[in-house]
Amino acid sequence: MLTKRIIACLDVDEGRVVKGVRFLDLRDAGDPADCASAHARDGADEIVLLDITATSDKRHTMLDVVSRTARELFIPFTVGGGIRELSDAAAVFEAGADKIAINSAAVRDSTLIGKIAARFGSQAVVVAIDTRRVNGGFEVFIAGGRISTGRDAVLWAREAADRGAGEILLTSMDRDGTQSGFDCELVQTVAAAVSIPVIASGGAGSTRDFVDVFRDGRADAALAASIFHFGIENIGQLKRELYVANVPVRWPC
Amino acid sequence: MIAIVDYGAGNLNSVKKAFDHLGAATVVTRQPAAVAAADRIVLPGVGHFSALSILDNGGLRDALLQDASAGKPFLGICLGMQWLFEGSEEAPECAGAGILAGRCHRFPSSVKSPHVGWNSLTVRGGSRLLRNVAPDSFVYYTHSYQAPVVAATTAQTEYGARFSAAVEQGNVFGVQFHPEKSSKVGLQILKNFCDADL
Repeated sequence: MLTKRIIACLDVDEGRVVKGVRFLDLRDAGDPADCASAHARDGADEIVLLDITATSDKRHTMLDVVSRTARELFIPFTVGGGIRELSDAAAVFEAGADKIAINSAAVRDSTLIGKIAARFGSQAVVVAIDTRRVNGGFEVFIAGGRISTGRDAVLWAREAADRGAGEILLTSMDRDGTQSGFDCELVQTVAAAVSIPVIASGGAGSTRDFVDVFRDGRADAALAASIFHFGIENIGQLKRELYVANVPVRWPC
Repeated sequence: MIAIVDYGAGNLNSVKKAFDHLGAATVVTRQPAAVAAADRIVLPGVGHFSALSILDNGGLRDALLQDASAGKPFLGICLGMQWLFEGSEEAPECAGAGILAGRCHRFPSSVKSPHVGWNSLTVRGGSRLLRNVAPDSFVYYTHSYQAPVVAATTAQTEYGARFSAAVEQGNVFGVQFHPEKSSKVGLQILKNFCDADL
């Protein structure tokens, strides 16, 4: 049976893993390569590394950090942040990423999704969507949540899928870093609108939150950062509890 | 020396990195002569079936078929495994190797496609490639087309329906999943391929 994936996310700033609350107030959580290996050992199904200030600083992804993190990692590895064109994506794949995540650049030029998918395959293209509830809808934000776009997250997810995205990484900015639970309504709405896997992100705090987002939210995968980095929840322990709760997970692993 | 065939597939580096980790010597090449000189061949792959048409140029296809029929250990990964079959619905104009009978098809519309994530194997006993792999191990998949279950199938996975997860016919092996991304289970499978004494 296809299992629900638990993804550990490394938000990286200046070569260090950091984590904030609602995209602000960053705290240091260690070296990316060390964190990635530790999470993989604990049972993480995938690692996502986001260079969170690459876009706002207008620079390219830190390729040395990517290649150092990829070296001893034998589970899927996604890298995002600062990928603006096909050549940026090619460099990130060359450095050892299996998938790239694009966010701001895809909103600015949606043909980028198809260009990368045509060269590297849809399975390698994750479109990341940062969204916040605005006037009863879900609005898309870019540049690490700094710029509002006026676009609807559900429509954008559908367009991204049509243009060749292989997965949607859906982050609720309202829940990010709050540990108050995933926005199941958001996830469920997007999951029902697209035929590609949806990764839920933002708000993970407890095992219950994961059970809810897999059952009610119909997420294919769930991503978390703070609770894993700061030892609030060990991935192995979490998967054991999900297994007991009859959520299909890769366990033991 | 293991030749990893370079036809522009996305997962070349990951496959090489996994063999490096196992201490196996590899060469990434698209030269038929280098493929012929190697004692094992890996055809990696991820992406569109039509990408395999590159093999038809420059004699690479013939070199691979010749080596495979001469008994050299050959491992096709993902698209590389699908190439072992006659062809795929994904690119009907592009011929597979035809070493195994049957064609690759899309997943039924009852399930999301691509099939992405960790799914479990049902391993048939006696496989050399899957030696020391627990019969219900989890492996990582990412693909939109599936190969049929045939006589050479040594492991199956269920997604919408059952498909070939691993095949084995003499010296020719194939896996639909990504061993280079399947943690300890995947590394064990690659090690078995390095050790396969044929």
